Amino acid sequence: MIKIALIGNPNCGKTSLFNALTGSNQYVGNWPGVTVEKKEGKMKNEDDVIFTDLPGIYSLSPYTPEEIVARNYLIEEKPDAILNIVDGTNLERNLYLTTQVCEIGVPVVMAINMMDVVRKNGDEIHTHEIAEHFGCTVFEVSALKGTGIKKCAKAVIETARTNRGIPPIHHSFDDRVESVIHFISSCLPKDVDEKQRRYFATKLFERDSVVCSQFKSLPNIESVISDVEKEYDDDSEAIIADQRYRYITSCIHECITRNKTKKSTSAIIDSVVTNKFLAIPIFALIMFCVYYLSVTVVGSSTVTDFIGEKIFGTQGIVALGIGRLLTSINCAKWLSDLIIDGIIAGVGSVLSFVPQIFTLFIFLSFLEDCGYMSRIAFILDKLFRKFGLSGKSFIPILIGTGCGVPGVMASRTIENEKDRRMTVMTTTFIPCGAKLPVIALIASDLFGGAWWVAPSAYLSGILAIIISGLILKKTRAFAGEETPFVMELPSYHMPSAKSVLKSMWERGSDFLRKAGTIIMLASCIIWALSYFGIANGRIVPVSSMENSVLQYLGKVICVIFKPLGFGFWQAGVATIMGLLAKEGIVSVLGVLCSDASQLFTQAEGFSFLMFNLLCAPCIAAVSAIRREMGSVKWFVGAIAYQTAFAFIASFCIYRFFLLFSSGIFTAETAIAFVIIAILTFLMFRKKPRNLKK
Amino acid sequence: MKTLNELKSGESAVVTKLNGEGALRRRIMDMGITKGVEIYVSKLAPLGDPMELTVRGYELSIRKADAKMIEVETR
Repeated sequence: MIKIALIGNPNCGKTSLFNALTGSNQYVGNWPGVTVEKKEGKMKNEDDVIFTDLPGIYSLSPYTPEEIVARNYLIEEKPDAILNIVDGTNLERNLYLTTQVCEIGVPVVMAINMMDVVRKNGDEIHTHEIAEHFGCTVFEVSALKGTGIKKCAKAVIETARTNRGIPPIHHSFDDRVESVIHFISSCLPKDVDEKQRRYFATKLFERDSVVCSQFKSLPNIESVISDVEKEYDDDSEAIIADQRYRYITSCIHECITRNKTKKSTSAIIDSVVTNKFLAIPIFALIMFCVYYLSVTVVGSSTVTDFIGEKIFGTQGIVALGIGRLLTSINCAKWLSDLIIDGIIAGVGSVLSFVPQIFTLFIFLSFLEDCGYMSRIAFILDKLFRKFGLSGKSFIPILIGTGCGVPGVMASRTIENEKDRRMTVMTTTFIPCGAKLPVIALIASDLFGGAWWVAPSAYLSGILAIIISGLILKKTRAFAGEETPFVMELPSYHMPSAKSVLKSMWERGSDFLRKAGTIIMLASCIIWALSYFGIANGRIVPVSSMENSVLQYLGKVICVIFKPLGFGFWQAGVATIMGLLAKEGIVSVLGVLCSDASQLFTQAEGFSFLMFNLLCAPCIAAVSAIRREMGSVKWFVGAIAYQTAFAFIASFCIYRFFLLFSSGIFTAETAIAFVIIAILTFLMFRKKPRNLKK
Repeated sequence: MKTLNELKSGESAVVTKLNGEGALRRRIMDMGITKGVEIYVSKLAPLGDPMELTVRGYELSIRKADAKMIEVETR
C-alpha cells in the first residue's frame, strides 16, 4: 500500500486535482479529535495507491487546527510521498509552504496547477529552475482542463515506490541561522529520525509551542536563540518567515517570466464587483437572482404541487398505483393506510421541494468555487464585526438558508474560535430550505398568501442573529480580543461544471438521505401514533385522531406553549416532529388537518411559525452543531440558548401581534415590553470593564 | 513612521517592522507580509474597512485594526 499526501494552499485547486486522481473512490470523514475534514481516496485503476487530501493551509505553523492536522500527518504517518500543489498564478506565496514541506523528510513532487490561466495571462513558468531551487521534480498541470495529471501522478507514484526524491535542502536561511539550526539539530535526542531532524530543529528555533512541549528535556538552547534574535533585532519566528520569503524573492525571477502589460482578468472583475459604489448593489442583485431563481421559479407552486400532489398526493400517481397494487394482494387495511397516508404522503410533501434545494446548492457551489464568496466576506466584514461575527460568517449564514447542516459545517472556514462558535450558534436562526414549506403553509393557509410573511421570517432570522451577536459578544464567554481577519481574495475562475455538480450533489444528497431515513421514520411514527389509540388497556386503531396516542403526547407538551398562544396538542406534536425534521411540521399538520386555519388564529399561527423557525434546529443540524462545537458544554449551551431565545421572541411577537391587530393589552403584553427593554439594555450596554482584557 | 492602515487607496509602501504577537502576527507573515516587501493598497471595502492589498502578486484583505501593527515607509 502506498500513501501519498496532497498538500497546498487554500484555493490552489487541490480538491479538483484530488477528485481527478481518485474519481469516486473517496472516503470523507473527520480527523480524530478535531472538526477538520479528512478526505481519502484510492487512485483510479491503481488500488494500492491511497491519496490523502490534507486541509488547505498557508504554512505549517501551530496556530490553526488545519495546520496542526497537516503537520501531524506528515510527521507521524510518514506518507511515502508528498504531492505539493502550487497555484501557478500565485507562485511566490505558494512556494512559501513548499520551503516548509521540503524540510519534512518525505519525498516531494510538485504540481504547478492552473497552468491554463498562467498561459492565458501570457506568463511563463520555468519548471526546470523551480526544480533546481526547491529540490523536487516539478510538473505543470491543469486540474480544470485535466492536462498533465497522468504524467504527474505517474511520477509521484514512482517516487513513492522507490522512496527516492527527498529534497536536498537548498539552504533557505543565511549562514548564521543555518549554524544555529545545525546546533539545535545536534542537541536532539538520538532516536529522532535523521530525515526529520531539520524539521524539528527549525521548529524549536521558532519556539513552536507544540514541538517545544515534545522536547522538554532538551539542553538549554534558549540562550543560542535569543543571541540570534538580539543580532537581528527580531524574534526567531519572524527571522525564519522572513528568510524563507527572502530566499523565494531571490530566485523567483528565474522561476517565472511575467507578462506585465496585461492586467489580470480578476483585477478587472474586481474593479467592478468590489467597487466602492457598485459592490453592495451587485451583491444584492446576485443574492436576489439566486433566490428568485431557486425559491420563486424552481420552488414555485407549479413545481411543488406537481410533485407533492400529482405524484405523491393521496390522489397522485404513486398513491393510486400502489393503492391498486395493495388492494390486489389483499393487504391489511392498516398497512396500506400506513404506506399511502403515512409514508408516501409524508415523504412526498418533503420531496416536493427537492428541486429548489438542489438549485440553491448549484448557485452556492458556483459562488464558492468561482471566488465570489470571499468577496462577500470582504464587502460585509465591517458590518458583521459589529455583531461579534466575522465577514466570513456571512457564508455559513447564506448556506444556512439552503440547509443548516452544510451551513453550520461551513463555519469551519472561520479561524477564530469565538467567531466560529458564535456563527455556529446563530446560523440556524436563518430559515433553511426545510423551513420554507412551513412558512409557505402558514402564509397560504392563514394569511391568504400575503407577500410579507416570507420576508418577515427572514427578517426575524436576521434580527435574531444581530440581537444575539450584540448581546453575546458582551458576555464572558465571547468577550475579549478582536478577531484577526487576514484573508486571501483568490483570483476569479470559472469552476468546472463537474465540480459544481459534485459539490451540489454532496450537499443535496445529504438532504435526500434525510428524506429517506429520518423523515420516513418520522412519517411512520406520526402516522402510527395518530392511527392507534388506547382503549380498554389495549392498543387499537381509532377512528378519529382525537383519541389517538399522539393527542395524549401533544397535550402533555403543549402546556409549555400556552404563553405563546399555541397551547393545543396539534401544535405541540408538530413542534416535536419539527425537531426530527422541520419539513415534518408540514406533514404533521397535513395529517392532522386539511387547512391550518382550522387550528390557528393568525396571531397563534404567526407565533407558532416564529417559534419553530428560531428554536433548536432539526436533529441533523443539531448533530452538526454538536460536531462543530466540539464540546458538550458549548453544544448544550447553544441549543438551550436557541430554544430560550425562540420562546422569548415568540412570546413577545404573539403579544405584539394581538396588540397591533386587535388592540388587546394584557399583563402579558406589559411583560413583553419589559423583555424588550431588557434585551435593548443588554444589546447596547457598554462592555463590562472586567471583561475587556 | 507610518502604519499600513494610514495608507490611502492607490498608495504603496515598504514594510519596515511587524508589531504584535502570536497567531495573528504569524498569519500576517505567512501571507507574505514580511520586512522589506512592497505593499500596494488597491482599495478599501465599500464600508471603509477592511483594506485590499496587493502583495507578492496576489490580493489580500486585512482589517485596518490589524494593519495598524504593520509599520511601513513610503518612498
